[in-house]
Amino acid sequence: MSAVFEQIFQVGFLAAIIRIATPLAFATLGEMFSERAGVLNLGIEGIMLLSAMAGFTAASLSGSLWLGVLAAVLTGMLMGALHALFTVALGLSQHVCGIGVTLFSSGLAYFLYRLIFGQQSVPPSIKGFATLPIPLLSDIPVLGPAVFNQFALVYMAIIAIPLAAFVLYRTPWGLSVRMVGENPRAADSAGVSVIATRFQAVILGGALMGLAGAFLTMAQFNAFTFGVVSGRGWVAIALVVFGRWDPWRSAGAALLFAFVDALQLRMQASGLGHIPYEAFLMLPFIFTIVAMAVMSRNAVAPSALLKPFRREER
Amino acid sequence: MFRLEVRTSTPAWFNLALPLLAIGATLVLCSGLITLAGAGVLEAYGVMLSASFGDSYAITETLVRAAPMIFTGLAVAVAFRAKFWNIGAEGQLLAGAVASCFVGAIPMPGALAILLMALAGAAAGAAVALVPATLRVKFKVDDVVSSLLLNSVIYYALMALIEGPWKDSFSGYPISPPIEDSANFPVLLEGTRLHLGVVAALVAAPLIWFLIVRTTLGFRIRVTGESPEAARYGGIHVERVLISTALLSGALAGLAGVGEVGGVHFQVMSDISPGYGYSGIVVAMLARLNPLGVVPAAIFLAAVMTGAEAMSRATGVPAFLSDVIQGTALLAMLVALLFTAYRIRRVGAAQ
Repeated sequence: MSAVFEQIFQVGFLAAIIRIATPLAFATLGEMFSERAGVLNLGIEGIMLLSAMAGFTAASLSGSLWLGVLAAVLTGMLMGALHALFTVALGLSQHVCGIGVTLFSSGLAYFLYRLIFGQQSVPPSIKGFATLPIPLLSDIPVLGPAVFNQFALVYMAIIAIPLAAFVLYRTPWGLSVRMVGENPRAADSAGVSVIATRFQAVILGGALMGLAGAFLTMAQFNAFTFGVVSGRGWVAIALVVFGRWDPWRSAGAALLFAFVDALQLRMQASGLGHIPYEAFLMLPFIFTIVAMAVMSRNAVAPSALLKPFRREER
Repeated sequence: MFRLEVRTSTPAWFNLALPLLAIGATLVLCSGLITLAGAGVLEAYGVMLSASFGDSYAITETLVRAAPMIFTGLAVAVAFRAKFWNIGAEGQLLAGAVASCFVGAIPMPGALAILLMALAGAAAGAAVALVPATLRVKFKVDDVVSSLLLNSVIYYALMALIEGPWKDSFSGYPISPPIEDSANFPVLLEGTRLHLGVVAALVAAPLIWFLIVRTTLGFRIRVTGESPEAARYGGIHVERVLISTALLSGALAGLAGVGEVGGVHFQVMSDISPGYGYSGIVVAMLARLNPLGVVPAAIFLAAVMTGAEAMSRATGVPAFLSDVIQGTALLAMLVALLFTAYRIRRVGAAQ
């Protein structure tokens, strides 16, 4: 047992958790904004992949990582707008459109990547973000080097969590988002534009998904591969449910998942585990499905989720 | 002036016109990517066409590719008819593949092996689909998310098998042991890969059409999908219909996996399905959820996939164009479906 404890409180292990959690936190917050406004975005898996590709390409061609981040965010927003166009403006079914957006975005990512970089035996890589130690804070034992000697994008994720909670719960726009997700009819009567608010929320969500993609190719792997997202979008869908559509809980769920994932990687590396690592990777999905059954009694999902809004229908 | 009006009924020719419109729009949109890649649009599409339908061998290859998508397309079509939102055909396919691989590895006479593989695969797929259906009926859990998340669970279970107990101890590759030679599906045309499973898929489509259109269960499925309230009022046990639909849908998706194991790969590996479960959604939507329409829709996607590889070799346009076409076709079809809900009518301009 003490061996396990030593493993857990190693700096490297804590830092690994933070790094695994960062893209998940961005993606989960992005999906949460979209769903709080009543729009399930199953395009997330593809949007993350296309953003990761766009960010990597822009960074690789321009030599500027921040230009890459910008490209990834803009790509995410664009794909979010596309999903909103179909589901909010045209009122098409959200789950089928989401699968369509994922198929389209991933296809486009593969296609453009192959077109730009050709087929190479070793995938091209870039010099990704370097860690940015924060003076004083990074000197705190254990916690300092793990949390405060990280990539700039990690700090952005840490700031994004309270910011998302503030925006959602303390600003007029956040109130509009919650209204159009819970009771669009009432929101409409109160003079809130359901269509505009949903568009904004899905596009903001896309921007956050773009940041998640940017982190993968510019900080975590420093290269684009076809499996760079490998289901992280689906994990985010699960974490939003598991986190009960709340920024704090969702981010907490991302951290918990990252802990399990990092533990699994450690056990694999040390040859400690007799349990197949896939069992750990399955956990968030199984937990979420069970949690959905348990939570179903107190209906915490946004009431208007999956329901298109048409003004003329009364 | 033009005005949008709500349409109350749709003419029958829409069933053919809308998918063709969507596919046409898709090919036009994707021609931009071909041009971007520096190839001639007509040349690229021409190569795709001849590589997928040009000679009898090409046609059989396209049909082999279409078979799993006919099954997943039927699975999705049946489910969506009842508004059971089964996004989990991918996982159900994988479960079917694993189960049939287990059975196929047991030595027994060929015919019996094939029958038992099909039964095991269908049962495994149905069992997986039962989870989201039960959760929805008993706990009101959203079936979209639960069926989607199950895909990942099944995928990791498959990975655990092929990287664990099934791992090839000799080569170390994460692949299952092959099924018995006697369990390999018979090839129907010498020199091709056209196997029994392809015929099974082609026969399944009219059978499912009959079931949906002509049987009591089919009627219940349709009424449950169109109006659960009306179904309940008419004495239909909606929950039971949803469970039956899920079992049928999952079994069909499971059979897609059986065909891949018995007729194409003869073993299970991590990439046994290049997303055939998700392609099933594209197929079902293009078919407007009509089981008979599933066959041409699946053949179209299969032709794009086999054609894209040849196109890539001939023109240098990345073969991933087929993935873009698939996604675009689904989105285009969804937009085209708006014509079934609304009509554009000219309104007198002078007032």
